[in-house]
Amino acid sequence: MEKFTTLQSTAIPLEIENIDTDQIIPARFLKATDKQGFGDNAFRDWRFDKTGNINKKFTLNNPKYSGSILVAGNNFGCGSSREHAAWALTGYGFKVVISSFFADIFKGNALNNGLLPLQVSEAFLKELFTVIKTQPNTKLVVDLKAQTLTVEGINLQTNFDIDPYKKTCMINGYDDIDYLVSKKEQIEAFEMSR
Amino acid sequence: MGKTLFDKVWDAHVVDSIENGPQVLYIDKHLIHEVTSPQAFNELEERNIPIFRPDQIVATADHNTPTQNQHLPVKDALSRNQLKQLANNCKKNNVTLYGLGHKYNGIVHVMAPELGITQPGMTMVCGDSHTSTHGAFGTIAFGIGTSQVAQVFASQCLLLTKPKSLRVTVNGTLKPGVLPKDVILYIISKIGTNAGTGYFCEYAGNVFKNMSMEGRMTVCNMSIEMGARGGMIAPDETTFKYIKDREFAPKGKDFENKVAYWKTLPTDTDAVFDKEYEFDAADIEPMVTYGTNPGMGIKINAKIPDLNDTSFEKSLEYMDFKKGDYMLDKPINYVFIGSCTNSRIEDFRVAAQYIKGKQKAPNVTAWLVPGSKKVEAQIEEEGLKTVFEAAGFELRQPGCSACLAMNDDKIPEGEYCVSTSNRNFEGRQGQGARTILASPLVAAATAIEGKIVDVTKTFSLEKELI
Repeated sequence: MEKFTTLQSTAIPLEIENIDTDQIIPARFLKATDKQGFGDNAFRDWRFDKTGNINKKFTLNNPKYSGSILVAGNNFGCGSSREHAAWALTGYGFKVVISSFFADIFKGNALNNGLLPLQVSEAFLKELFTVIKTQPNTKLVVDLKAQTLTVEGINLQTNFDIDPYKKTCMINGYDDIDYLVSKKEQIEAFEMSR
Repeated sequence: MGKTLFDKVWDAHVVDSIENGPQVLYIDKHLIHEVTSPQAFNELEERNIPIFRPDQIVATADHNTPTQNQHLPVKDALSRNQLKQLANNCKKNNVTLYGLGHKYNGIVHVMAPELGITQPGMTMVCGDSHTSTHGAFGTIAFGIGTSQVAQVFASQCLLLTKPKSLRVTVNGTLKPGVLPKDVILYIISKIGTNAGTGYFCEYAGNVFKNMSMEGRMTVCNMSIEMGARGGMIAPDETTFKYIKDREFAPKGKDFENKVAYWKTLPTDTDAVFDKEYEFDAADIEPMVTYGTNPGMGIKINAKIPDLNDTSFEKSLEYMDFKKGDYMLDKPINYVFIGSCTNSRIEDFRVAAQYIKGKQKAPNVTAWLVPGSKKVEAQIEEEGLKTVFEAAGFELRQPGCSACLAMNDDKIPEGEYCVSTSNRNFEGRQGQGARTILASPLVAAATAIEGKIVDVTKTFSLEKELI
């Protein structure tokens, strides 16, 4: 897993609530047996129309917006447990998703792929949408060690929560497998004790 | 302070706790399928880590399988490759696979309970969010991502933070024609699609006590649609009776000992939940959804609400519905009865009871997709197949089918489908398809009438069949 410490980037606003993982990566693209190429089909049916033409109204196709931070509405990543959604977002180039609420399974999948799900208050999110939409060149700074999100150029900053164990994993690029495998003897002892 | 059902099962599976961090939770059963497992097998192979407990894994092929001509090679090359890879991975790692055509094959959340693999007090996971289904047995069961599939492969454990506890209680008597699907759609419409996020839910009250195991599975199945990682119902005589004598259930003295333990699992009377909701069964009517998430549900004879909200309006625009519209009388061309929510024998019995002696409306294409080979066989044995075919319904072979439309079972663009599945997301049943979630009874009635009708007025079910 790639390490994550700080990130400075402009952001793309996606002001829709309850974005489910079927929108992030539609089921028809889940036939692959590796993790490559999902970025090409991220938000496929919102980015393109039925005939494959670019949907100019969709935020990812708006030349005003760019960057590796996605700012999305409440309850992002609900629905299917497909980790392909996290692979699609990282494949597209996102490193951080900001929302006021994340669905559980998506959040775990994101953290297991070095994609930071950054939860802010509903009020902060609203303000953030306004800032990005009026000044798309605004840069956001995410500092994972300090657990802060700062909007450059204006006096806007917030702290965010993250599980301390997961924070260590993100900063060092560790995943859970190494830790769990190191516990093998203890797991075997647990099995014997039952 | 007393313990909840969830606490009792969770605490019995904690191997270790990291200070200020997650716990190492032992997983009893790991179910896998073709779509979310290949990358996990690859991960272990690349890191040269063996599968720790292959005997505790059961594989099936369901998400990406055809529902016609299953005896022939799968036409789509990518799907065929995915299924082949599952077979190879299972063979290489000594994992039991009930592949396409096997007598135990079926949707993972239908076949495991009916084989007696799912048992109370267990921890179960699968790379599928509807793993919550198995909670109907008093099991901690939840969906996981592929990284976690790899973790369980490597260690039979997961690193998890214990979720908070939520209880939804429904007491009273359900009206005729109100099915378990209506109960869960009603609950989600009341509390919303993220009320359960961060929580594990227990369903309590006499409505769930009186439900069959099939009904309880329908309810627990949709826990994820209100954001909860899982939902549970306390095991009782209904549970024990269902499990007894199934293929992989404990037998004889072993079964008796297990039952004695299972009886200790229900929530203690003095246990406290972090959040509670209570509903009256008398308030629940047959439900339909009108929008693009499962929380957007209304009573079948109600009007679509009038909200000023961008996401709400976007959703109605996709569905081509207007605020204040009635759902009743909307013409419908597609009906799907199937999915891990409603593809068990009871669902087909209810549908057949309504359909018997009637004809499908000419405008409707109606697909009936059993959840497993066993359900398929039972449909035939009970004479339901004859009823369906005489009425013009198409009975397909088992699989996830049009619930997620990974295979060829897609609803065409712009068409409405009254579906017994669990998600009405944009494009879920095919690009541009519009899904209306409902019970098998409402779906059957829609297929007969060619439009949405008030089932409480057109038909009253024999109570014992609900």
